[in-house]
Amino acid sequence: MLESEYQEQNRFFLNMGPQHPSTHGVLLIVLEMNGEYVLDPQPVLGFIHRMHEKMGESRPCPGFMPNTGRMDYVCALPYNHGYVSLIERKAGIEVPERAEYIRVITSELNRIASHLLWLGAYLLDLGAFTPILYGFDDREHILDILESVTGSRLTYSYYRFGGVCQDIDEKFVERTRAFIKRLRKRYGIYEKLVTKNIIFIKRTENIGIVSPDMALRYGMTGPNLRGSGISYDIRKNEPYSVYPEFDFEVPVGRQGDCLDRYMVRVREIEQCLRIIEQALDRLPEGPIRSKVPKNIKLSPGDCNFAVEAARGELSYYLIGDGTSTPYRLKVRVPSYSNLSCLPELGRGILLPDLVSILGSFDLVIPEIDR
Amino acid sequence: METISTLPPELIRMVISAIIVITFLFLNAIMMGYAERKIAGHVQRRPGPMEVGSHGILQMIIDGIKLVAKELIIPFNVDRTLFRVAPLLSFTPVILPFLVIPFSEKLQARDLNMGLIFIVTMGSVNVMACLVGGWGSNNKYSMFGAMRAVAQAISYEVPILLSILAVILMCNTFSLKGIVGAQQKIWFVFLQPVAFLIYVVAGLAETNRAPFDLPEAESELTAGFHTEYSGMGFSLFFLGEYTNMFIVASVATVLFLGGWHGPHLPYGEYLGVVWFLLKVYFLLFLMIMVRWTYPRVRFDQLLNFSWKYLVPFSLANLLITAVVVKL
Amino acid sequence: MKQYFSELFTGGMSLVEGLGVTMKALFMPIVTVQYPREEIDISPSFRGHIDLILDPEKNSYRCITCGMCEKNCPSNCITVKGEKLEGQKKKSLVLFDLDFTKCSLCGTCVEICPVNALEYSKEYNLAAFSREAFHYDILKRLEERIK
Repeated sequence: MLESEYQEQNRFFLNMGPQHPSTHGVLLIVLEMNGEYVLDPQPVLGFIHRMHEKMGESRPCPGFMPNTGRMDYVCALPYNHGYVSLIERKAGIEVPERAEYIRVITSELNRIASHLLWLGAYLLDLGAFTPILYGFDDREHILDILESVTGSRLTYSYYRFGGVCQDIDEKFVERTRAFIKRLRKRYGIYEKLVTKNIIFIKRTENIGIVSPDMALRYGMTGPNLRGSGISYDIRKNEPYSVYPEFDFEVPVGRQGDCLDRYMVRVREIEQCLRIIEQALDRLPEGPIRSKVPKNIKLSPGDCNFAVEAARGELSYYLIGDGTSTPYRLKVRVPSYSNLSCLPELGRGILLPDLVSILGSFDLVIPEIDR
Repeated sequence: METISTLPPELIRMVISAIIVITFLFLNAIMMGYAERKIAGHVQRRPGPMEVGSHGILQMIIDGIKLVAKELIIPFNVDRTLFRVAPLLSFTPVILPFLVIPFSEKLQARDLNMGLIFIVTMGSVNVMACLVGGWGSNNKYSMFGAMRAVAQAISYEVPILLSILAVILMCNTFSLKGIVGAQQKIWFVFLQPVAFLIYVVAGLAETNRAPFDLPEAESELTAGFHTEYSGMGFSLFFLGEYTNMFIVASVATVLFLGGWHGPHLPYGEYLGVVWFLLKVYFLLFLMIMVRWTYPRVRFDQLLNFSWKYLVPFSLANLLITAVVVKL
Repeated sequence: MKQYFSELFTGGMSLVEGLGVTMKALFMPIVTVQYPREEIDISPSFRGHIDLILDPEKNSYRCITCGMCEKNCPSNCITVKGEKLEGQKKKSLVLFDLDFTKCSLCGTCVEICPVNALEYSKEYNLAAFSREAFHYDILKRLEERIK
């Protein structure tokens, strides 16, 4: 029997998901396999499609606010941010400076929470049970801080057109500062437990290498793109809100393997802390909400707004028709593009490596399906 | 009374030992399960089981009852015989080594002069359970688990045997009692630190414990070879795993940590068991801590580690030992 | 060959360090809250489902049954009904129903209310066996509070 014939006979299909511990939600990946080698992984989407975009097109624009936080529940505030900024750009609403500062502070806190959760979940994929609980320990402090100002813990709906719905007080500033101090002290734990661990390095180094060319071809964004060595961050390259006022770096990786993607996220946490510190130092006084017409009219024509969510470039695209209900609303989510390179990346690798790669992409499935 | 006295005393001894061993085995699994969950909890800054009994002390008993009461689900299209035999196969071979383990000078069911070989043989039967269970389950994930278990066991038997051999060379006997007796003055862990390390690492792999828990790697294979098992079938695998851990730890104690030797106790020939168990549970504690600290290795890395590091090191160690003993 | 040994050594050291972290954590106090037995105070700005504000002056609700909340609710989960009772100038509230199964806690109703008649409740222990149990009659809740 020919080798190729033998290979052909030993092919079989394996359904990974929609209920599998390491697909992080209802993602199905149909794997064509030969032994433990994955020949062709094909993601199948749509298990948790909830028509968010259509819902946005069927109600006046303020009514879409609670939906934004539910698309990506791990990092909801940047989603809020993108949507309010979109409508503000479309309707020409001014935002007070204090509100923008509050938005930046809360968004960055949320980003850290998302990265901490990802860190734990990724290590869980690799088989280490403890880091996720340490991550949750830190994340819980962020959630407490955010709860004290937004009123909810996960699916925030905090920003409003022309500002935010509740002002931050001295106590919030104090707690945030205390948290920054605390998280910096905890770096050592993560470094010793995870970053330096030889097993972790062996499981991530040189695995799932996304070349810069490939990353661009598939439209990857966020830490996944930066892991491949391309310094592209909406906060720097297409600045919005008050981000240009802050001094922060955009960490990039060397070769685009899982370890680089991990390192980029870990280093990003420190940059988030820097942004928050600067924002707290310069927090201006003033109103938190500008006067907004009760019935916001969306003028005919299209409008786009992109923000940097924890997973990459999130952009809202809207076409208005003169009423307050959008004619068309399109959300470009980062995870969808990030996942799309899996079939090319996962050819001829081992099953455990596929799990490692999937985890390193930091996918949130409800965001992909929307 | 008369019937008992007519029975050969050796048989009575064996029966009593068997009963004690099985009781101990269940007790050990309950204790280890509880300890594992408690330690895992405190490592992760949470209290672990707290609800059933004071500090959740009865939790494992309740869990055991729950498992026994559960329905035995046999999935569609499985090989019924193999599917049912596998849990028994994982459970039975781990009882037998207890017959030769010297808990103290006089607490030993049977001192075989080939005791160590007997234990190692029984240890290798254990992998059959994974293979049969995984094969019989009619599930691709189980199949992966089974194949991994076999590959793992084959490559890790080698360093285990080589490291054991180094000790055998030093004391010239396969009898466990004899080996412990040879450590009256100094424990072999001080003379054979490399062999000890190799044995512990390979033992972790042998018992399928994290970071070498590839056959059940839950983030890759859902639950590996016991994906399809429920109720008592699952709990027998569970019992088998913990008992296997206990055996690996007690063999390490016998070979390297001086068995029942320790500071003098009254009735030392019996109460040596205290020292023995202390050492065994110290090793088990380490095994638990390791599980809750490290990520899982990839299985080709695991095999590479065995052939690239463990086998050469144990061979070199064996060679040096042989030369030194000869001199 | 040098790499072979150095990898073994650094790798081994990293594993020992990792074990040190968990060992230390083993003897640190626990950080979780034993929920049904211990409870932590929820933050004052916590947003539960909505409730009518009890106006201390009138010892009643402030709602004028304008229906703004009903109209603006993105999830259509509020039903407000007012009737003109005999001998009264204004409409009074006869039904304020919140379908909490649909509510997404966005707070639009609270913000849109012209007379500031709504507030967030602090209830978070919400569990029931049927969907109907989450149809809250907020008016009745207020009346119970008045008693």
